[in-house]
Amino acid sequence: MPSLHGVGYEEEIRKIQASLEALKDREPSDEAWKTVQLARHNERPQTLDYISHAFPDFLELHGDRLRADDPAIVGGMATLAGASVMVIGHQKGHNLPERQQRNFGMPRPEGYRKVQRLARMAQKFGMPIVTFVDTPGAFPGADAEEGGQAGAIANTLRTFAELTVPTVAVVIGEGGSGGALALALCDRVFMLENAIYSVITPEGCAAILWRDAAEAPRAADALDLTAIDLLRLGVVDSVIPEPRKGAHKHHRATAKVVVRQVEAALRELWGVSPSQRRRDRRLKYLAMGSFLPSPEAVGRPSST
Amino acid sequence: MPKYITVQITRKGGPSEPEAPPPGDAGRANVADTAGTPDGKDLCTSCGKPLTKEALAASLWVCPHCDHHYPMASPERISLLADEGTWHEIGGDLRPTDPLDFFDTRAYTERLAEAQVQTGLSEAFVGGLCDLSGRPVALGVMDFRFMGGSMGSVVGERFARLSAAAARESRPFVIVVASGGARMQEGILSLMQMAKTVVALDALAADTLPFVTVLTNPTTGGVLASFAMLADVAIAEPGALLCFAGPRVIEQTTHEKLPEGFGRSEANQANGQIDMIVHRRHLKEMVTRVLDLLEGGVRTSVEPLGEDTEVVPRRSRPFARAVARAKELAVAPRRWLRGRNTEDPGKS
Repeated sequence: MPSLHGVGYEEEIRKIQASLEALKDREPSDEAWKTVQLARHNERPQTLDYISHAFPDFLELHGDRLRADDPAIVGGMATLAGASVMVIGHQKGHNLPERQQRNFGMPRPEGYRKVQRLARMAQKFGMPIVTFVDTPGAFPGADAEEGGQAGAIANTLRTFAELTVPTVAVVIGEGGSGGALALALCDRVFMLENAIYSVITPEGCAAILWRDAAEAPRAADALDLTAIDLLRLGVVDSVIPEPRKGAHKHHRATAKVVVRQVEAALRELWGVSPSQRRRDRRLKYLAMGSFLPSPEAVGRPSST
Repeated sequence: MPKYITVQITRKGGPSEPEAPPPGDAGRANVADTAGTPDGKDLCTSCGKPLTKEALAASLWVCPHCDHHYPMASPERISLLADEGTWHEIGGDLRPTDPLDFFDTRAYTERLAEAQVQTGLSEAFVGGLCDLSGRPVALGVMDFRFMGGSMGSVVGERFARLSAAAARESRPFVIVVASGGARMQEGILSLMQMAKTVVALDALAADTLPFVTVLTNPTTGGVLASFAMLADVAIAEPGALLCFAGPRVIEQTTHEKLPEGFGRSEANQANGQIDMIVHRRHLKEMVTRVLDLLEGGVRTSVEPLGEDTEVVPRRSRPFARAVARAKELAVAPRRWLRGRNTEDPGKS
């Protein structure tokens, strides 16, 4: 590179180039990691906050009728726009005692069985279901395994696949893997701007692929777990913008925006016949994935 | 000595020569023993007794001394279960993509290419129509050697197409599972395969077709927590690790000391999670028996009594199908022609 008269730019340029080279290794932006931290923010509105702001007549129902009541999942009936709805969500807790009581929002099998019970009840009485997704994942503990965690999640997925009432899920914070998906197999899935939704926690992914949990920020970037990523991948239907500075600063305003969106979706879904809703939901999930030859190129198989 | 038949799948063909899993790169954590075939030392990794690879291959990859069940490659699994010469693959042309441009320490595309070369397979799931003890079934087999049997988009799509084919032809659905869970490298799309496989099972419900899973070592994570646990009858192989969260994850999260045998088939049976544990030697026999019984019930319609309320013994389904077909032809020939599948492998 030609130098300008009397000015030692070369040294400067070499320094910048060297630091650029160094940055290449660290190239992944930390935007995704920032979103992860916001999604997990302690003050972020949780299911019970949305309920207290938007469903004043909420009536909580407890227990799976088999074994226990799981405090990591909250569920019950409320009214929305004059009609009954079933509201179900993960609850993490805001302070340590509540977090411990709620098991940090990590459900056990009894939690998922409570979800199934409430979903079937909603089906029976023609109530649409609104779910709030906010969990690091299903609880990875020996008692949960022995109680049939995998089967509980699988059967929750099946229950939601078979429903004919309208279902809307909102990922409000952390959408952690199968434990989150169990509440999100819905006609419409919305996601808050600073929420995340991922197949594995960034820490878990980093521990396996990088063999170092400290690489979580990189894993977060690689996993494409932000709301915009998921919109692009066709997994969520729309992204709900958060008030300035984030949802954790404005619980009431966030709840208002979220519920308005949910209400609009339910109105739209009520316009479709029950069997059509179920068919549409089925086709939506059957179309998910990326492979070759792409279905657009060859026409989808008639898999109904 | 078991006889192996020649199975044509996506590879170049010919009898399958099982390859040892890639050393040092078992794909997923906490299932180290599943990668095991006797190492260079010709000793069983479970009981330590002398055992050559040839002897192991000859005994269905089960140690003759201690009955330790080693992983079985999908081509061999197909020849174990499918009747000779009846295999017709479904969805074999599907290939994975890299939707996230995923790069950890290596590119996803590179890992895929390596897995394809090492296994001779195009993906971790192979599905097809075949006969099992003379009965037409739809059979799907997962292969742990291919990136830990992880479920990505192609696995989900092949599964969905196979269940659709099973429904079209009224065949029971049999899946042999071996998987570490969802495939991280496809991010959220791999999580969505859990939902996809579950809704795909809907196709079987309309005709109450039996769904049987064979859970082998290991079946964990999102695969166990979706279609694998939704079978009418769940058969496990002895000693298979079947859990949602692996023992290492549990120990790290809760600092619990897990008992010996935690999450294995035997513990799962004691906890009521599976129906039975069956030695590989008896697997085909048992699947046949289960299907016989599931299909042997008397199907009654719940419709009000009328001319289409027929009691059809399910054992004679081919006959029932022929009757239904004749009726349909007489009533609505066009619908019949349109609705019939052209992929029907050489049956009339």
